[in-house]
Amino acid sequence: MSQGINVRGYLSQQELRNAPGYPSQERLARGPIVAIECIEEIPCNPCEQACPQHAIIIGKPITNRPYLDEDKCIGCGLCIPQCPGQAILLIDLTYSQGAASVAFPYEYLPLPKEGQTVRAVNRAGESVCSGTVIKVQNPKKNDQTPVVTVAVQRKYATEVRGILRSRGRESG
Amino acid sequence: MREVDLSIVGAGPAGLAAAIEGAKRGCSTVALDMNPRPGGQLIKQIHKFFGSREHHAGTRGIEIADTLLHEAESAGVEVLIGAEVYAIHDSILEVAQTFGGDSPPPLSGGATTSQSRPLSIEARQIVLATGGAENALNFPGWTLPGVMGAGAAQTMSNVWRVLPGERVLMVGAGNVGLIVSYQLLQAGAEIVAVIEAAPRIGGYGVHAAKIRRAGVPILTSHTVVRASGESRVEQAVIVKVDASWGTVPGSEEELDVDTICIAVGLRPNARLASLAGCKFDYSPSLGGWVPIHNTRMHTTVPGIYLAGDLSGIEEASTALEEGRLAGICAASSLSKGHVGDSEEIEAIEERLLSLRSGPFCQRLQDAKQKLIEIGEAQCPKE
Repeated sequence: MSQGINVRGYLSQQELRNAPGYPSQERLARGPIVAIECIEEIPCNPCEQACPQHAIIIGKPITNRPYLDEDKCIGCGLCIPQCPGQAILLIDLTYSQGAASVAFPYEYLPLPKEGQTVRAVNRAGESVCSGTVIKVQNPKKNDQTPVVTVAVQRKYATEVRGILRSRGRESG
Repeated sequence: MREVDLSIVGAGPAGLAAAIEGAKRGCSTVALDMNPRPGGQLIKQIHKFFGSREHHAGTRGIEIADTLLHEAESAGVEVLIGAEVYAIHDSILEVAQTFGGDSPPPLSGGATTSQSRPLSIEARQIVLATGGAENALNFPGWTLPGVMGAGAAQTMSNVWRVLPGERVLMVGAGNVGLIVSYQLLQAGAEIVAVIEAAPRIGGYGVHAAKIRRAGVPILTSHTVVRASGESRVEQAVIVKVDASWGTVPGSEEELDVDTICIAVGLRPNARLASLAGCKFDYSPSLGGWVPIHNTRMHTTVPGIYLAGDLSGIEEASTALEEGRLAGICAASSLSKGHVGDSEEIEAIEERLLSLRSGPFCQRLQDAKQKLIEIGEAQCPKE
């Protein structure tokens, strides 16, 4: 039995390596780029239409998996909130000296605040390192899918997939 | 007796789409829905939909419901809410309307209270779009308060804004189980675990990944054997399942939960189709007993069409396309078709084929094909 997404509920390293939407190590090292963690043949293509650089290709049939043209992607992240599967994140290994940034969709309340220290979690929801929230973007065109960017130590950047949710309830 | 060209039963995505196409072609159209709000399951879908632009991809279900209702109103469809169809004979629908119009929705109770208004509608063509119903799972303690369908939990949370519980066990890792788990997390509940009797997660990996990174365990090859509690669920006992679907002795684990959501599949909600005399075929891939229909969404009973989950459990996007098809065909049988309808029908069939493509849908596509082949032989041509 494979220990991939169909059993564990998240992608294995091998599945990630084989994903046509996941960038190469070389391209990741050069600066901001999205990573599309979508490996199943689902009939879905909003990411293709969301990319102003035409860096995401699905074509026909619509069940093709998204292919990322890593030379065309400029790392704008516009596709992140458009993916109904919340499968896209933006990784910038060159964010600062020693630190990388990771941006991901985050549809929970309360939203973290910029500057806040948070625990970053991996694909299995396990806390892997601490991080600092550097951006919380929720413009109207995101249609209530806020995108949160955290800075983390570079060595954790490709593991980080979200943050530990705050269990605090906001009143009102 | 009201007389209309077209009456639609069920104002979800399939029913509304059928109503819109019928009304656009000049049919006097009434869409009946027993719920206080039309839109079917769409009004509970607060997540963004998959698909392509024609299928509102990236749009939240509840927004799709608003768009459809708006379109229906502009096309001249009359939508009656609180209207439960309890009988169907010849071309007459017997309806009990509990609220809607001048009456406010009741706080509780169905359509058979003493205040309900009887209403008979004679429709020249009928489209049944009564949707699906959740399958139950029986185990000791399953009648305790706190054990409910995942769809019920979703209705409580997303429509009525009531959190069904604080600590939830989700039974079933198909798309419904995964999506409702995510939405209950968003609403502030804790999902103690999602369990799945099969050795694999049935729903889309991206839905599973969303709740996994939120810290929710997904236990494949596990099932629930018992719920216990004084006056409501307090504990659930889960157990491992082996390759031959037997439970593994000694693998019991007790979980402290106050809610158990059952998400073990849907079946066509076919009682009205059965009352109407439609012939059925049994198709596990489509959810069980399904009314036989042909390529034009016509059942075996003259003048009765169907669309959406009633014709086999699928997605909202396929329900929309089937609804359009049923609406166009029903209108054309009243000689109210538009020039260009045959091209329109071809385009819809092509979109349906593309929606049903891919490995997730192969079995379903085959089952649908088989059902339609039976329908082509058994259903009236017009």
